[in-house]
Amino acid sequence: MSDLNEDRDGLPSSLPRPPGELERLQRAWKAPTGWRLFSAVNNSQIGVFYLATALLFFLLAGVLGLMMRAQLAVPDNTLLSAQTYNQVFTMHGTVMMFLFAVPVVEAIAVYLLPGMLGARDLPFPRLSAYAFWAYAIGGIAFFCTIFFGVSPDGGWFMYPPLTGKEHSPGLGADFWLLGIGFIEISAIAGAIELIIGILFTRAPGMTLDKMPIYAWAMLVTAFMIVFAFPAIIAGTLLLELERAFDWPFFIAARGGDPVLWQHLFWFFGHPEVYIIFLPAAGMVSMMVPVMARTPLVGHRTIVAALVAVGFISFALWAHHMFTAGLGRYAMLFVTTASFAVAIPSAVQVFSWIATFWKGRVQMSAPTLFLLGFHFIFVLGGLTGVMVAVLPFNWQVHDTYFIVAHLHYVLIGGMVFPVFAGLYYWAPVLNGHRLSERLARWVFGLMFGGFNLTFFPMHISGLLGMPRRVYTYAGDLGWNFLNLLSSAGSLILALGVLLFCIDAARFVFKKKIEHGNPWHAPTLEWLPQADYGMRSIPQIDSREPLWDRPTLAAEVVAGRHWLPGTHSGGRETLVTSWRDAVPQHLLVVPGDSWWPLIAAAGTAGFFLLLTVSQVVVAFACGITAIVAIVVWLWQTDTPPHALTAEVADGVFLPVGARGTASHSWWAMIILLCVDATVFASLVFAHVHVSMAADVCPPAGASLPDVFWPLASGALLLAGSAAMFGAQAMLVRGRRAPVWALVLLALLCVLAAFGMDGWGHHLAGLRPTANAWSATVAAMLAWQGFHVAVLLIMGLYVCARAWSGKLRVDARASLDNTALLWHYVTVQGLAGMGIIYLMPLF
Amino acid sequence: MSLPQLQSVLLPAGAAAGAITSLSWVLIAGATLIFVGVMLLLAWALLRRSAGRPVRTRLWLLGAGVLFPLVVLTSLLVWSHTRTPGWLAQPPPGALIVGITAHMWWWEVRYSDPASGENITLANELHLPVGRPVWLGLSSPDVIHSFWVPALGGKMDMLPGRVRHLLVQADEAGIWRGQCAEYCGEQHARMALHVFAKPVSEFDTWLAAQARPAAAPASALTLRGREAFLAQRCNACHTVRGVAEESRLGPDLTHVGSRLYLGAGTLANQPGNLAHWVAHTQAVKPGARMPSSQDMDADTLNALAAYLEHLK
Repeated sequence: MSDLNEDRDGLPSSLPRPPGELERLQRAWKAPTGWRLFSAVNNSQIGVFYLATALLFFLLAGVLGLMMRAQLAVPDNTLLSAQTYNQVFTMHGTVMMFLFAVPVVEAIAVYLLPGMLGARDLPFPRLSAYAFWAYAIGGIAFFCTIFFGVSPDGGWFMYPPLTGKEHSPGLGADFWLLGIGFIEISAIAGAIELIIGILFTRAPGMTLDKMPIYAWAMLVTAFMIVFAFPAIIAGTLLLELERAFDWPFFIAARGGDPVLWQHLFWFFGHPEVYIIFLPAAGMVSMMVPVMARTPLVGHRTIVAALVAVGFISFALWAHHMFTAGLGRYAMLFVTTASFAVAIPSAVQVFSWIATFWKGRVQMSAPTLFLLGFHFIFVLGGLTGVMVAVLPFNWQVHDTYFIVAHLHYVLIGGMVFPVFAGLYYWAPVLNGHRLSERLARWVFGLMFGGFNLTFFPMHISGLLGMPRRVYTYAGDLGWNFLNLLSSAGSLILALGVLLFCIDAARFVFKKKIEHGNPWHAPTLEWLPQADYGMRSIPQIDSREPLWDRPTLAAEVVAGRHWLPGTHSGGRETLVTSWRDAVPQHLLVVPGDSWWPLIAAAGTAGFFLLLTVSQVVVAFACGITAIVAIVVWLWQTDTPPHALTAEVADGVFLPVGARGTASHSWWAMIILLCVDATVFASLVFAHVHVSMAADVCPPAGASLPDVFWPLASGALLLAGSAAMFGAQAMLVRGRRAPVWALVLLALLCVLAAFGMDGWGHHLAGLRPTANAWSATVAAMLAWQGFHVAVLLIMGLYVCARAWSGKLRVDARASLDNTALLWHYVTVQGLAGMGIIYLMPLF
Repeated sequence: MSLPQLQSVLLPAGAAAGAITSLSWVLIAGATLIFVGVMLLLAWALLRRSAGRPVRTRLWLLGAGVLFPLVVLTSLLVWSHTRTPGWLAQPPPGALIVGITAHMWWWEVRYSDPASGENITLANELHLPVGRPVWLGLSSPDVIHSFWVPALGGKMDMLPGRVRHLLVQADEAGIWRGQCAEYCGEQHARMALHVFAKPVSEFDTWLAAQARPAAAPASALTLRGREAFLAQRCNACHTVRGVAEESRLGPDLTHVGSRLYLGAGTLANQPGNLAHWVAHTQAVKPGARMPSSQDMDADTLNALAAYLEHLK
């Protein structure tokens, strides 16, 4: 960047700025108004919608919690029937975990991260909008089942056989499986978006080492989502297939195994806890230094701790299965891992206390909630270590002791930091703070109410009260403790209500410039508008606003990077993933109705399928596909110019191709998700194969080896054709490109047909036994991919025919080719594993 | 009749459960100590006067953050491992073997008659000889349940398609309560099991009594009750040994009169409650697999209840 130094003060852009530059920037990023607001895709709008929806679910699920406490206030209560109570506790857990906890941390990230990183928006704004709308529409429809008494009642963990067709013939379980399964997809879309945003759109100079801790926490979290959520997607897929088509994955009588579900569920379910906690820990690491007015103690150690938690949390899943009678050494390993995960958490806690120690603490609203967080979370962490001790776990597993523990870690570890964050970051939203005076009441009621609700549960658990009971007998010594818990829950609710009143007052205040009310060091406190910051700052420290007091003025004056818009549209800078050196200018898509339409279609498809409205469901599904195709059709356009000047004398290419493109990397991450789902299906196959006396079991057989060999050869031929298509495009020859894609399509269709035909000849009957069912599931998963390739292949051909597929606009072909090769590998692996298992 | 209803982890009935209880107290004390220490440190950090001075990062992060938990947790791992009862593939010699099958929502308990070697099937009560190890074989035909009697020790899941084992021992006589610990559907809350530990001789007497077929009716009323039992098709689900043995869908009623509770701990087995249970099953325990017999006339109901109560 020697060219920058020619400028006298070393700033990227010089004064005066050309007339009209700011106006053009404003016009490009202007948020839609009125009812068109729903077509907005910018993170400033989507983030707010997302956060509001997540908080709405917090309130709704909180009301369900109050209903449970009302029922349990006295023994033998008849306020709620057993059926209603079971639906209520299932919905409370499900909504809190899936519709509040994960979405709220993603929502905060969508809202805050671009500002914190110095980006103008997330890299795939329409994907954010799609993910949000899918979640909002699907979530609200799912919640409404409670009003009709058709909610799931199998617990948020949905253990079969209780949730199988035989014991849960109603629609509730299907709502859970299809509704939640599809909301997971939205969480994954958000995670991909965040990873790419964090790695590729940071302000110039913001190396990984200078990146705020919160971004680190979200990066680790997003990667955890990518590898954890596929397990539950696979699990819900299998359970729904079992319910709909009687494929006996979990039915012991036909070689299935209920424990298989537990593995898949907790492989997701345990990382899930840290997926919720890490973002909150990241927020704490942002707020503690500001409240203590001193940099965080041990920045790098905390980063290492976050990454360590991310890894260790995948080794813990079986600690939810200590009483399932698994092997002794496996359990010892899980105990050790459960202990080990306490260490990075301890590192963080002591770093926060050390930061308080070092600084001068400002006792305002965020600090109160941060201190409350420390109290509750440390206690929850310690009981967490207790329940990792095997014999103790055997006693307290599935008792109220666990209910106490999990609420201490989740409410303490996540809700209190989120409330601290709401108080802390509220000014970013409209320039005002929430009331400090009310905050003391809100905190007092929430903290006191929380402890009064959940502390007694430790004791009622030790006195033998199991979880998930709709009532209890009066002579077991639990009455007073339960009454205390119920009273406490009302106080907690009062605190939340008071917060809502203050928040309602707050949102109607007129928007003003927020300034830097807490004297914070990070970029989200720079003056922001619809376009983010006027110019993207050059960063040279972890605390840019502390170390460079003139930064805000420089940024507003347009002295830093990209002070306007080059194309007249929405743009942001792409920088290198490690050192944040500017790479190219990224033109991001603007507002559109298509993501909303696609999301409504997708939600309609899944929900209407649940209630067997097949025709309407498929109409919705087709609408969704059409909407996505239309939305994609508008993207992947050739750059408006070869290069653009993003600072004085600095010309960057516009857009990027191949591995330099952000969409290529997003596709790679999506394929990681895909491969993890497939690995989960393979795990299911291996699990039931090992459990079978012989493999394949009696009555089932392997297809003649000709079929998989022929199918594999065709898959490889298809991939080769796609390589050919890419090579042809680079040489600028249009005609053979589409011809080769069509050829590849024929190959993959024929390959799948031969694979399936082989199984047909071998007499595959998925309902006969679990082995056949898992084979069919892998086949169905491959079939789904072939269908996607069909759509994408034809889409690429259409791009080629219309002349939109060009050497400088070829992401459609590149990304389709990536998926193509993945499907080839997946097909070969699937056929391979089926032949491999009988050898063991 | 006031019954002890002990279901507490803190009141063990034997040495094995007692070991877990003392381990629990150590954990509680240790956690409390660490919690108080960390909170005092936090308070000190906030209140101390000489703020604004540099801190010794290494001491805080490596000392308190890594070394301290590492030492505590490693010691705990080793110590708790030595306290974890070993896993056994076979029952120890001299153990009494009892089979328990969990149903939605009651417990089937099977003993083997020492005299004849035949199965004796009971429901919702587990009787143990004091001081003798008892090897439980645990299974389920429907959904996942979990066997848990806190006074005897930890719980064990009961899974369809598998048989799990649990070794328990009561070292003092007494009555304890247990309850299904894995959510198993609508009446998960009303699935209790009572445990009776009694001296060996008393246990043997009890087992011999349970091995006998049902008592013959001793009065006109109970005779009418037995006829009602058959006429109302109670035997479509329930077995009364010596009277009707074609179905085991519901609890064995051969000695139902000797039990302390009805409906897996739902109602105390007191005069009047049996009739109430039969007539209003669905009101007392909604969702239970037994229909309410509200339309049974009062005389028949009384006779039936009298007969069942007399099956001691």
